[in-house]
Formats: sequence, C-alpha cells, structure tokens
Amino acid sequence: MVQSICPYCAVGCGQKVYVKDERVVQIEGDPDSPISRGRLCPKGAASENLVNSPLRETKVKYRRPHGTDWEDLSLEEATEMIADRLIAARRDTWEEETDDGRPLKRTLGVAFLGGATLDSEENYLIKKFFTAAGAVSIENQARI
Amino acid sequence: MAEQHPVGFQWVVEAKERGAKVIHVDPRFTRTSAMADLHVPIRAGTDIAFLGGIVNYIFENDAWFRDYVRAFTNGPVILKSDFKDTEDAGGFFSGWDPGRSAYSVDTWSYNKSSGETAAGKAEQEADVSGEQAHGAHGFSLSKGRPPDIDDSMEDDRCVLQVLKRHYARYTPEMVEEICGCPKERFLEVARAMCERSGRERTSSVCYAVGWTQHTTGVQNIRAACIVQLLLGNVGRPGGGVLALRGHANIQGSTDIPTLYNILPGYIPMPHPQAHPSLDKFVELNGPRNGAWGELRAYMVSMLKAWWGDAATEDNDFCFQYLPRIDGDHSHYATMLKMLDGGVKGLFAVGQNPTVGSANAKLQRMALGKLDWLVVRDFSETETAAFWRDSPEIDSGEVRREEIGTEVFFLPAAAHTEKDGNFTNTQRLLQWHHKAVEPPGDCRSELHWIYHLGRRVREKLTGSADERDRPILDLTWDYPVQGPQDEPDAESVLQEIGGRRADGTFVTKYEELCDDGSTACGSWIHAGIYGEGVNQSARRKAHREQNWVANEWGWAWPKNIRMIYNRASADPEGRPWSERKRYVWWDAEEGKWTGLGDNPDFPPDKEPDYVPSRRARGMAAIRGDTPFVLHPDGLGWLYAPSGLVDGPLPAHYEPQESPFPNALYAQQQNPTRQIFHRPENPYNPTDGEAGAAVFPFVLTTYRLTEHHTAGGMSRTVPYLSELQPELFCEVSPQLAEERGLEHGGWATIVSARSAIEARVLVTDRVKPLRIQGRDMHLVGVPYHWGRRGLATGDSANELLPLALDNNVHISEYKVATCDIRPGRRPRGRDRLALVEDYRRRAGVKH
Repeated sequence: MVQSICPYCAVGCGQKVYVKDERVVQIEGDPDSPISRGRLCPKGAASENLVNSPLRETKVKYRRPHGTDWEDLSLEEATEMIADRLIAARRDTWEEETDDGRPLKRTLGVAFLGGATLDSEENYLIKKFFTAAGAVSIENQARI
Repeated sequence: MAEQHPVGFQWVVEAKERGAKVIHVDPRFTRTSAMADLHVPIRAGTDIAFLGGIVNYIFENDAWFRDYVRAFTNGPVILKSDFKDTEDAGGFFSGWDPGRSAYSVDTWSYNKSSGETAAGKAEQEADVSGEQAHGAHGFSLSKGRPPDIDDSMEDDRCVLQVLKRHYARYTPEMVEEICGCPKERFLEVARAMCERSGRERTSSVCYAVGWTQHTTGVQNIRAACIVQLLLGNVGRPGGGVLALRGHANIQGSTDIPTLYNILPGYIPMPHPQAHPSLDKFVELNGPRNGAWGELRAYMVSMLKAWWGDAATEDNDFCFQYLPRIDGDHSHYATMLKMLDGGVKGLFAVGQNPTVGSANAKLQRMALGKLDWLVVRDFSETETAAFWRDSPEIDSGEVRREEIGTEVFFLPAAAHTEKDGNFTNTQRLLQWHHKAVEPPGDCRSELHWIYHLGRRVREKLTGSADERDRPILDLTWDYPVQGPQDEPDAESVLQEIGGRRADGTFVTKYEELCDDGSTACGSWIHAGIYGEGVNQSARRKAHREQNWVANEWGWAWPKNIRMIYNRASADPEGRPWSERKRYVWWDAEEGKWTGLGDNPDFPPDKEPDYVPSRRARGMAAIRGDTPFVLHPDGLGWLYAPSGLVDGPLPAHYEPQESPFPNALYAQQQNPTRQIFHRPENPYNPTDGEAGAAVFPFVLTTYRLTEHHTAGGMSRTVPYLSELQPELFCEVSPQLAEERGLEHGGWATIVSARSAIEARVLVTDRVKPLRIQGRDMHLVGVPYHWGRRGLATGDSANELLPLALDNNVHISEYKVATCDIRPGRRPRGRDRLALVEDYRRRAGVKH
C-alpha cells in the first residue's frame, strides 16, 4: 500500500493505493487525511477503474501527414523525431528582436497546452525547458 | 460544490449542523441546493449586479465592519480628483480611449502618489494581461500608509464614499430587474451575510471557476472580495473567498506555471519595451514595499536554479536568456495564430481542447494547420483523433487526406505510476507516491520532458549559435532511477524549494538573496525541502493534531494555511473575539502566536510598528496592515492598479444576452476581447437585429460523475455507466413552448454549430422574470465528445471566443441559443441548419 492523492478535482482527497503482483488492485480513501477523512466521491472511488481502464493506450501511435490511419512507432524513434521537429520549428520561427531592435529571443511557432493534470515537478521542468528554448506560448487548463 | 467537490462539501454540511446558514446562488438547482437552507437562482452572467446589490445593502443598513475596514482596507484612502466613476461617465471609468478600446489608468491611482501605476500602464500598452502587474511600482507611502487618507472615511473622494456611490443604484429592485431574483429572496441573502459577519461571526464565499468564465470574470471575484472586506471576512477563520478549482493540480500549474505571462511564483515574464535589464525589470515589477519588495532576490534565485554557474553578477544572472512576451500569447491567441498558419508544432499534454475549449470547430481547424502535433494522454482523446473523427469529416468539409498535420500520440503514466506533488485548491502541496511502474510505452511527463530536453541538448552540443546557449547552459542533471531511467522527482522538488551555496536547503523565502548565493526555482515554495525533508510528504493523521493540521503536507508560502491571517487579530494584535481567534500578538513573548498556523506576518513585528520613510520590503509594512503582498499592506476595496477594465466591478451584460444593460448605456464590458472572423461568428445580442433568433440563455456545467473534457472519465467504465449520455436541462414551460419531450431529443443551435442532447424536463431550471419577460435557460454539461465509452456532442461546439481581457479566459458560462425538438441533422445538413439560422439572424462574419 502507498499513500497517494486523488487525481481528479482540486480538493485533494487522500488515497490509499493497494498493489498486488505489480498491479494496482484497489484504491480507497485515506482516513488519516484532514481534508477528506477517508471519503472519496464517485470519481475518486473509480480511480482504480481509471488506471486500469480497458481504453488506456500503452503504445505510441503515429499518423504521418495526410495519412488515413495510425501506424506503430517505437518510443525511442518518436522521441528522436519530436526532438528534431522541435529544433527545426524553433529555428524556422525564431524572432530575435522587435522592429525597433529590442530583444525578443523567442519563438511563437512551438506551443504547449496542458499542465493542470500534471505534477508540479513536471510543470516546473516543462516551463524551465521551453522557456530556455524560447517558447512562450506555454499554457494550461487554468486558462479555461 | 456538492456536485463538483463532494468531499469538500462535507465541511459545509458539518458547518450547517453546527448552525451555519448555507445559501446557494446558482442558475440551476443542484445537489448543493438540495442541502442548502436557501437556493437563489439568478440569470447566468449577472453576478456583479447581485453582489453589487449586497454592497449596497451593507451601506444602506450600516452593516460594514467599521474597525476592520478603517484599519485593514483602503477604504480611507483619497483618490485623485480626476478619477471618474461609471456613474459619471456613461458606464465607463475615466481614461477610456475608444481608439485603442482600452483604458489609460493614470487617473485610477491614489492621490498624491504619482507614477504608481506606471508598470501597469506599460504592460497594458504592451497588451499584457493585468495579472502581471503586482501593483504599485513607485507607490509613495508615508509611515507605511498612502499619503492622503481620511480616517473618518467621510471625504467625498475617499474609496469608501466612491464605493458607496458606485453601487447606489444596485438596489434590491435593480437586482430583481437584472438577475430575475425576487427582491425578498435577495434581501434574505444580504441580511444573512450581514448578520453572520462581524467580530463574533464570519461568512465565506465559495465559488467554482465558472465564476471566472465570463467577460467580467475577474471582476466577479473582485466583487465578492469587496463584500468580504466590507464585512471583515478576510484573513479570519470561517471567512474568505474560496476558489474551488477543478483539476488535481490546477493550482500548482498556476503557482509553478505552464502559463505564458508568468514565471514560477507569479514573477512576470519580461517584455522587450520595459525590461532591457534585470535592474529595470525589478524596478518596474517589484514595488519597493511588502513581500514583492524582494523581487530581485526571488528572480536571481530562480535564474541561479535554472542556469547555475552560468548565471553570474556580470551577466545579469542570465536575465537576457529569458524570452520576451509583447502581447497576448495565451491559449486562444495561440489557436488563432495557429489557424492562420503561424504555429508549426503543439504539445497537448493532458488537455483536450477540442472538447474543453470554446468553439471546438475552430480548435480542430487550427490543429489542421499545424506541421505536427504531440498528444500525451491516457487514451486517444478527441484532440488526438481530430484528423480522423470529427463533425467536419462527417459533413465532408474536410477529408483525412487533406489534413497535413503529423500526429504523435504518446501514452501517459497515471498518478499511481509516478512520484510528485498535487497542489490542492487551498495551496496545499501533497506528495503522491509511486505504486507501480507504468505499463508499455507509458511514461510520466517528468520522464518525457527530461529525456526530450536531454536529447535536444545532445543534438545542439557544440552549437555556436547564441540562441542555443540558454538550452545548453541549463542545469539539467537530474538523477535517474529504475528500469526506465525515471528522473528523481524529489531532486526537482529540492531545486524548487531552494538551496544555499553550501548545498543546504533554505527554510523560507526571506532567506533568498539577490547576489547569487541562493538558488530557488520558485520563491513561494522556498522551504518545501527545509531541513532536508520533503515537507509535502508529511502525513500526520488529523486525529493526532488540531484542526489546522499543519503537519499534513505543506502549503505555500511557509506552510501558512490561511493567508493574511494577521487580519484575524485587531490592529492592536488582539483577537477580534474569543470565538474567532486564530493568530494574535503575544506581548510577553514579543511574537505572533495562535492556534498552530504560521502567522502570515513577520513573526516579531509589533502591532504598533511604524516604518521609517526609507524602509523597504517587509520593513515598510506597518504592524497593523495584514495584506503583505500589497505595498500598502491593505485589502483593496478599490484596485488602483493591476486590472485593465476598471478599479471597481460594474455590471455589464454578457457578450450574448437577450436583455439590455439596465444600469449603463454601455451594454458589454468595453475591454472584452472578441474576434470577428468567419470561424467565430457571434449571435446578435439585445438591441441588434436578429437577436430574437437566439432567444434563450445557454449555460454549461459539469457533473459529479465526469471530469472536465472527459479524458479521465468517459474512458472509465463505472463513470460512463453512471452518466452515459449527454442531456440538456429545460423547464416544463420551455419544453411546452418548444415541444420538447422528456427523454426525447433536442437540437441546440448557435451561430457556431448545432448539437443534440437528450431532453431532461425539470423544475431544476426555472424560468426567471426579467424586465417584464420570461427568461428561459438551457443547461448543458460540457464533458462529452466522440471518443471513449460514453459519447455525445460537445457543448463547446456552441460557444464563441469572448474573453475577459484581464486574463484571456472565455465566457463559457453564458451565451444565447435556440432549442428545437428532435435530433440534429447529419452530415452536410447540420451545416445547412446552422447556415439557415445565421441567415435569419443576419449574423455578420
């Protein structure tokens, strides 16, 4: 059993995640939590069903330009291709300075959307890396 | 709250059992209404009229908390003589420039305090949202107070009197006329709020983020803040304006932002006109006084965390490595740029904009203009599938082969498959532990971004291009572990929480330095790894501590559970009452003490402390002003800077409304962002020809059993079974008027699209009597889409982009529509139906 936090809304209910044979078998409310005192709502109570959902994808999928269907691709190859595209898009859409010569040092050609479902440590590295890369259109669900 | 935050609602129920009165103000009757003492339906989009009515009631009945307001708010501050209110200027504040459709804000500031809004103004002219301006650059203070003050609060130009006049016409009769809420019922609410506030009692206002989803979103919240400050309900137990946010880490993703206009800890992103150097950046963004007075230390510490040894005094700590913003680069602005072919690549990570964002078709069309799209999620969302499964493919408007976007779908790890922090809606960080390895190709976002960054850095190694230096000089050496080389999340948390030069961990933001001797990724999180302990992983059971529970997790800043809690004691530092004591001054010990929370105040600052003229930072905050993030330490009834649409909330009608603005000649918020283009047509609003074609008010909302755009619920069998199908809620009267049958189908139409939903005829939505007419509401949950187990049309197909210009959030909560019986037409006929509506309404593109 490990202690966890519900992944749905922002109340932050405590969860206890039970593992057997390297698989999550049950998720219950954590009675120790001063927030939730052991309770979970219908979504939180369905968390085991989320992590073990039959619709969950576990393979990378690739659709080539103008393609009509998904194709298989290895994670390694996908990461390599994405890195190349990121570098190229950044180079091709770079804005060094404004018309009157002030620094911009950025690209608006690469954008990021998401974050409210991610961990803070993940968002931190995403903001850090994309900012260093000059991408400023970094946004998440807080704008919804 | 009972629908969306059911477990949080247990505390409301408990309070009710102890005598609290629970009031639910909402256009529709929900589980919250069922548990409340009073349900008050109002017309969607009329919140400021309602809250302004409460302000008016407070003054009419002399119910404001005089001692609190005089000492802790800017009520006594005198405004400039050339400030003009909406009452004097036809629904505009002074400074309106019709040419720019924007305000010049010079006249909004405090009297005898020149130049204080310069930062806000520069940013406004650069079209940067107001939330950046932390207020009051160059704010002049005298002994810690604004220079021109009338403690009697009787001067005509003091904030309190301006406020009183501003809301003088927001009478109970006006509330009834605008909101459709009978006068007696409104008065019951206002009376209850006032009777339950003061020294002995407090009241709180809870809202979900639907309140922000209006063209007056920020001012909705401001209006609630004004009510709460007048009643003395801020910084005190049982008080507050409490945002109930919808995602597990939406608070955290704002604090440590994936947002365009801020850096971690709400430090503004620099822009080219105003910030040629670090010094200038600090001068314009950091007021001299209050917690923001040490902005340079926070910024330098962040730059040191990011660029390590490369960041030195000589190179402005790599300040020039930061890219510049010079306009609105938010989500919608980016999608519009994408639609015009200006964006090559998009990473959509755990967000599903083709269901969750307004004008879903526009979102899909924009995605079709990308060179490449990377989607990371649990399953193939509508966004991942936009090129093969969409209404446009059904209608033949577009064929798969025509869409040139290259798409990568990368499966994501679940919360049980990684370590990390969620920040809940009260700023509390709670660590969740990894239970199992993610299956197959599934990876955490930490894994994804770390290894993507590592690869990009490898590819750029040796580059002589100056623009690659910020990437190559980045500190990016996190230890990895396990079979998949997972980066150690605690090592990232350590960087966020801050270290001294000797590698030891800082314990609070006051320890951060501006000379490069500390490195801290996010100043508000300084100390989260204090004493070398992951403070967010603390799990002392609630039974083993008191109700403050400050040994469970860690709240930013400094593990403070209730922000501005100095306000729970009177100016002299004594509890306002025994019942409501929380933090108070212990004169014998010479420190602030309390029930267990950390005081949100310098721990040994005497209540009678008066700063010298030369004091800056926290030393410039008086001992009797609790709002330490403001340079004057005061709660702002009136916002002298920071907002683009006015220092006080005023009622404007939504972008689309069947009614005229009963208060001002100006119909809508004049600063709202609208986009007139063929992909984003607006329904005509009241006063325009064709408005009657869309006679009903449309609102969208969520259900207990689903989550936002459905990516984490429509794929979950239990939840899909509980709420299998999209429905709309209509009153029996509307059903009769339009021939809608309970359990049958209806088609809902706007100028953007037409969707179908099952009909739920219910008294939960009632017609409201407004300006002599019946107003009918059509309510639609927005979770559905075409993928997953529970499928249906998306409500966001119907909505336009119409944004609050302070924060660029769209008006999801109100628009107009028509509703008709039966399923929507299929394929091309759906387009023809919408086109017919546009023609009849005379919709202009």
